[in-house]
Amino acid sequence: MDCNCKKLRDDIAAGRIKSAEAVEAVFDTIEKNDSKIGSYISTFKEQAIANSKQLDEKISTGKSAGILAGTPIAIKDNMCTTFGATSCASKMLENFHAPYNATVVEKLISAGAIIIGKTNMDEFAMGSSTENSALLKTVNPWNTQCVPGGSSGGSAAAVAAGMCSAALGSDTGGSIRQPASFCGVVGLKPTYGRVSRFGLVAFGSSLDQIGPITQNVTDAALMMNVIAGHDPADSTSVDEKTAPVCDCLEKIDEPIGNLKIAVVPQFNTGADGDVQKAINEAIEVYKKMGAEIVEIDMPHLEYSVAVYYIVATAEASGNLARYDGVHYGHRAEDIENYIDVYCKSRAAGFGKEVKRRIMLGTYALSSGYYDAYYLKALKVRNLIRGDFLRAFEKCDCVLIPTCPTTAFKFGEKMDDPLKMYLSDVYTIAANLAGVPAISIPCGFDGNDLPIGLQLMAPAFGEDKLLRIARMFESKTDWHKRRPPII
Amino acid sequence: MENLEYKIIVGLEIHVQLLTKSKMFCSCAISFGERANSRVCPVCVGMPGSLPVMNKKAVELSALAGMALNCKIAKFTKWDRKSYYYPDLPKNYQISQYDLPLAAAGFIEIPLENGQTKTIRITRAHLEEDAGKNLHTTGNFSQVDLNRAGTPLLEIVTEPDLSSAAEVRSLAVELQRIVRYLGVSEADMQKGHMRFEPNVNLHITKDGKEYKTPIAEIKNLNSFRAIERSVDYEVQRQLDEFSRTGITMETGNKTTRGWDDDAGKTVLQREKEEANDYRYFPDPDLVPVEFTDSWLAEIRAGLCEMPIKRQLRFVNEYDLSDYDAGVLTAERTTADFFEEAVKSGGQSKRVCNLLTQVGLKMANEANCSAAELGITAENLAKLAKMADGGQISATAAKTIMEKMTQTADEPKVIAEQLNLIQKNDTAELEVIVEKILAENAKAVEDVKSGGKKSKAAKGFLLGQVMQKTKGRANPKVVAEILERKL
Amino acid sequence: MPRFFFWMAEVMSKKIDAELVKKVAKLSRLELTETEVAEFANQLSAILDYVEKMEQLDTTDVQPLAHCLPISNCLRDDCAKPSLGTEKILENAPDTDGDFFKVPKILD
Ligand SMILES: [Zn+2]
Repeated sequence: MDCNCKKLRDDIAAGRIKSAEAVEAVFDTIEKNDSKIGSYISTFKEQAIANSKQLDEKISTGKSAGILAGTPIAIKDNMCTTFGATSCASKMLENFHAPYNATVVEKLISAGAIIIGKTNMDEFAMGSSTENSALLKTVNPWNTQCVPGGSSGGSAAAVAAGMCSAALGSDTGGSIRQPASFCGVVGLKPTYGRVSRFGLVAFGSSLDQIGPITQNVTDAALMMNVIAGHDPADSTSVDEKTAPVCDCLEKIDEPIGNLKIAVVPQFNTGADGDVQKAINEAIEVYKKMGAEIVEIDMPHLEYSVAVYYIVATAEASGNLARYDGVHYGHRAEDIENYIDVYCKSRAAGFGKEVKRRIMLGTYALSSGYYDAYYLKALKVRNLIRGDFLRAFEKCDCVLIPTCPTTAFKFGEKMDDPLKMYLSDVYTIAANLAGVPAISIPCGFDGNDLPIGLQLMAPAFGEDKLLRIARMFESKTDWHKRRPPII
Repeated sequence: MENLEYKIIVGLEIHVQLLTKSKMFCSCAISFGERANSRVCPVCVGMPGSLPVMNKKAVELSALAGMALNCKIAKFTKWDRKSYYYPDLPKNYQISQYDLPLAAAGFIEIPLENGQTKTIRITRAHLEEDAGKNLHTTGNFSQVDLNRAGTPLLEIVTEPDLSSAAEVRSLAVELQRIVRYLGVSEADMQKGHMRFEPNVNLHITKDGKEYKTPIAEIKNLNSFRAIERSVDYEVQRQLDEFSRTGITMETGNKTTRGWDDDAGKTVLQREKEEANDYRYFPDPDLVPVEFTDSWLAEIRAGLCEMPIKRQLRFVNEYDLSDYDAGVLTAERTTADFFEEAVKSGGQSKRVCNLLTQVGLKMANEANCSAAELGITAENLAKLAKMADGGQISATAAKTIMEKMTQTADEPKVIAEQLNLIQKNDTAELEVIVEKILAENAKAVEDVKSGGKKSKAAKGFLLGQVMQKTKGRANPKVVAEILERKL
Repeated sequence: MPRFFFWMAEVMSKKIDAELVKKVAKLSRLELTETEVAEFANQLSAILDYVEKMEQLDTTDVQPLAHCLPISNCLRDDCAKPSLGTEKILENAPDTDGDFFKVPKILD
């Protein structure tokens, strides 16, 4: 069964397919394949089927069932739910049961989505391969020797392997787009402030955004229509007056006239040959559709990784201070005094990468180093944002690869954190500047691993960005290929 | 011990709990004495994914207090995280304001014992969230109650301009008056609404050289008396210590000392060898506060005449003693009530006496303010007029005022009902006096014989008349008649 | 160059030595093994070496950017709403004593 979101929704709403059938079919696929892939940390089969049956009844009586009417959706395990645990793939929160739902979860439910499970990730969203999960190993559905990318690796793998209609991920430095690229699916990081972060377990609060991972661009637009919008519970979510929410789906198939796309000379080198070739071909596709390609200098982008690993870790060191074994979460056993509760519980509850980043962030904020690292990083961040503001005066979007490589092998970068960090070089800038960015499939390398094309647009321009992405998708078939495992 | 010449240097750190219905960053109700951990939610427990949203009232009350303390209110202010680990601090950081406090560079005028005033500079005032409470049990463990966590606090820091324990107390009393006037805080010290932490040291001159003793910060002060006693004690302790050891600021460390009220002394709590590294950085979960001119004007409208000015005016305008003016201006509502009654025609001294001698006592018993006793200012003025005009006695005025709290009747009606109108009718009283004189020949003789017995006998006769009239005769008139007849 | 000097060069370029790692670990409330201390000293030094490329940029007149948002004054009216309640909040607690969270004795 083709389980892409929009089509399935239309079928269910029209009564051609029952939601319960769709949900059961997805669970069949999960039961058949997820032992190999490892997308889900937890699933809610009984609850999901019960909910879908209720929805079917609603639909049969002619009532509207919401714009996601009965479609099976997965969410990353760093979004709070009152059902199941919210583990962040960490021993620290393995048994944490949130007493509330994240705003996006509430929005999904009221749109009629059936939440089928929570997906694997790098612990606390820190990583680029999902290898940092303390609970589960997720493989790339295209090649099980390779990582699915990260940190939303479980969500991307689940979408690629047809184990849900669509999924939510979170993106702090590329954690939606990079795994989407590695798994050959679509991943959108919305503008900072467009989607509520309430209930998203924070990593780098000024960078984190929740976004959709889907089989195609249209589904991403549909998901955005569900999750975007102001939330009074999140002070950093932008109000309707400042930036009204647009209907992303309405004109999704309308191409944009006089399209101007910018390429960045600084990022023209450095990617693998196959990746660069695919990007160049993508540029040709746009040219054929009448787009004008302009070259724009963005001289500060090369500092993105440096800035990011200070800003994100500094914020993380604060955000993760609360996991101390006092009020919730893991508490170590061999405790002698109250200081032990902290030091030992955190030592046992956190994995290595989390510890490394807490250490780095604490160092960058500590007295004597603050100005040289944290403050300097905030200043360079402003320069990077300036690059984008200037670029968008001259173009509709910026086009670069999502990643310099395709999916890499397990263990390849685990010993060298810096090498791992540098693989985020193309995705980080959008988070630092707060602009929306999307990754869409644009080819395969010599090993049949998917390649992602990244488009970045001005803040709150998701509707236009999705249309530009859809233009490419409508002329190509890359998104229709499915991994060999299913 | 040698006689040293020294100056006392005291600066204050003050925490004032703001009078809001809900907490600083969540909607939990402000708590006092409820069941432990009942006034808490994901936000104030710092649960994963929860986010803070500012309480508008708390921001406004802080700005109002800043204005009353003659501070400059920042047009742009922001939130910072102050990191330290403690079980009563659920996020292990406190949301506070670091480099851009809401208010700065102000002053407060305090009354001195000699009747003059002194200006104490205010360094800054900023808004922050309170911590919960750690309770130390008799066992080998502690309990944590987070009901108080997230309560809005205004932290006020003064310059070290105070030079005696009496001045410190005076500032505390004055600040309490100010914040109560403005409705900024209930400022009940016993309930911890106002917490004073004096930083005390001495500048000692010895052999023509100046020595500065190490600063001690005193905690656990929950009454004005404790404030004054603790500073007095600390001055003596530091003098002794310096005489004994010669330790100065350069050779010794800053210490934190707790006040033991029963023992009447301060006890060493902590010696700060190195400054705490709080790793302040901007809280990415919150957006800045920007005060527009119109918003500031709106807040400024909540200002009123400050108590110290009002007290002085009462002395001059209403011819009251400084003491009475102080009592009347201690609470804004009482002072307002007083002025209203005077405006309605009550003679100021008479109204003052009624309020201070009768009203405040009743208010105290009823646990409300004098203005809330149920007596209108008009009726109070009428009562004062009756007493002034001799229609009722002072004792009767008290009885009537007590009755006025239970009924809306005018004082005259009450006086008539209770038969308390004084007999001023000379002809009628003369008849009674004649009768008494006739019945008490012995006393009349004593009066006429003059000497020691005369005065007592006069008093006896007056008493007899009063008894006969059941206390309703105007004693002034009776005395006049007696004088004439004898 | 003799091996010794290579080693010296490596040690001297280290931004973070074991002692500093331990200090930061204390601030972070993380108990580290000696192996972890050594590993983090190397890795964090390498990362900081890379991060220092920021120094190439002159940022004298650049304002720090903590947030990309075009908004301020996100305020909430002062209304109290029901809280979660003691039972619910203690559900996730690792250790409790009656209505309280329980921790080993806190010494000031
Ligand atoms: Zn709360």
